Amino acid sequence: MTYARDVVALARKDLLLELRARETLPAMVLFVLATLVAFRFALPAGGSERASIGLLWVAILFTALLGLTRAFVPEREQRVLDGLVLSPVDRSAIWVGKVTATLAFLVAAELVALPAYALFFERLSWETVAAVALADVGICTVGALLAAMAAAGRARELLFPLLFLPLALPILVGGVGAAVTDTPARYLGFLGLYDAVFAILAWASFEYVVTE
Amino acid sequence: MSTWSRNRGGIAVAVAAATVLVAGAALALLWAPEDADQGPSQRIFYLHVPIALTAYACFGWAAWKALRLLWTGEQRHDLESYTAVHMGTIFGSLTLVTGSIWAKTSWGVWWSWGEQQLVLFLVLFLFYAAYFMLRFSLADGPARGRISAVYALFGVVLIPISFLAIRLAENFIHPVVFTRDGPQMSGDMFFTFCVCLAGTLLLAGALYLNELTGKRLDVRLRELREALELG
Repeated sequence: MTYARDVVALARKDLLLELRARETLPAMVLFVLATLVAFRFALPAGGSERASIGLLWVAILFTALLGLTRAFVPEREQRVLDGLVLSPVDRSAIWVGKVTATLAFLVAAELVALPAYALFFERLSWETVAAVALADVGICTVGALLAAMAAAGRARELLFPLLFLPLALPILVGGVGAAVTDTPARYLGFLGLYDAVFAILAWASFEYVVTE
Repeated sequence: MSTWSRNRGGIAVAVAAATVLVAGAALALLWAPEDADQGPSQRIFYLHVPIALTAYACFGWAAWKALRLLWTGEQRHDLESYTAVHMGTIFGSLTLVTGSIWAKTSWGVWWSWGEQQLVLFLVLFLFYAAYFMLRFSLADGPARGRISAVYALFGVVLIPISFLAIRLAENFIHPVVFTRDGPQMSGDMFFTFCVCLAGTLLLAGALYLNELTGKRLDVRLRELREALELG
């Protein structure tokens, strides 16, 4: 089980870094709260209740964007990635470790965001909570790979949202669909399919993104 | 080798494309029977659908070349994959334009979110436009080829996933011609469609070969310049 041990060590490194520097998570939490407040003012009174669920999903996606944009920047800036690629770990373990760490940040931010949404807007259905959980996996699997790609380029922070948003559109469809239609199971199933397909693809292709 | 003999295949394909396209245009405008529902505006079908299918073919070819690059590590596949994405993006943009015109003549609006294929092409356009941003932001070298290849592979997976997503996001206004029972076209219409599709594919092939030659020349020129500067 060296693979699992490598993944745990890599994820632990990210969590420890965050614990000491406290850069990403506070930013994500504050951002999602500020976004929800901004959306409250963007929705005129008497507007559709259904619109707010769409805004919740936009807020989640943008918060994830904020966290993921910098996911591989320390690795690139401080040449950690060179060391990791040279070390005797399976390269995909680097990706799994990063997915685990970013997932932890995203879930932590949502633990604040979802109650805040329920407080500011309307009660959350169990479908939305389930969809958020499934979407988080998809967001982080795709996001961690794209973040590694973007970090290799010159335009990093600028590039990542451009790469991420077209790929994240199906997640929006699944998430919003699960909340507003009569057949949430179909949309939850679709989110599960998205997670599985892109997790396999990202797991298999990550090695090619980080090899110099 | 002169440019002419190096490029002979490309020129042959270009001539074939021109011939078949002229024949296709003649068939589509003069010979094919008029659609009972939509009238003459339906004839844009012979332009719009072949262009859309050609765009898919280009993206598929790009992903295949990307896979070959990751598999074999041969650098020539990188340029081929890049050129195919380039062509796919051009044909994808044309699909958006022709689809928009068709929507205007059929429903009186330039854009309809109910048109699943058009929405899909909008998503794909955004996705592949970012491919160029990614590629131009990376330093020249094998790493750029590999990262671009992985992105191109994500593209072909995104096509069916996005299609499913847009389907799930519902609405059914776009005329569905191909169903499980086979094409709902008369034989004449189907023949015309096939000629137009062949012509468009040949055109894409000719443009691809031409662009590839140009890009290869560029690379060769840069190599020679570098060799001169070093020597």
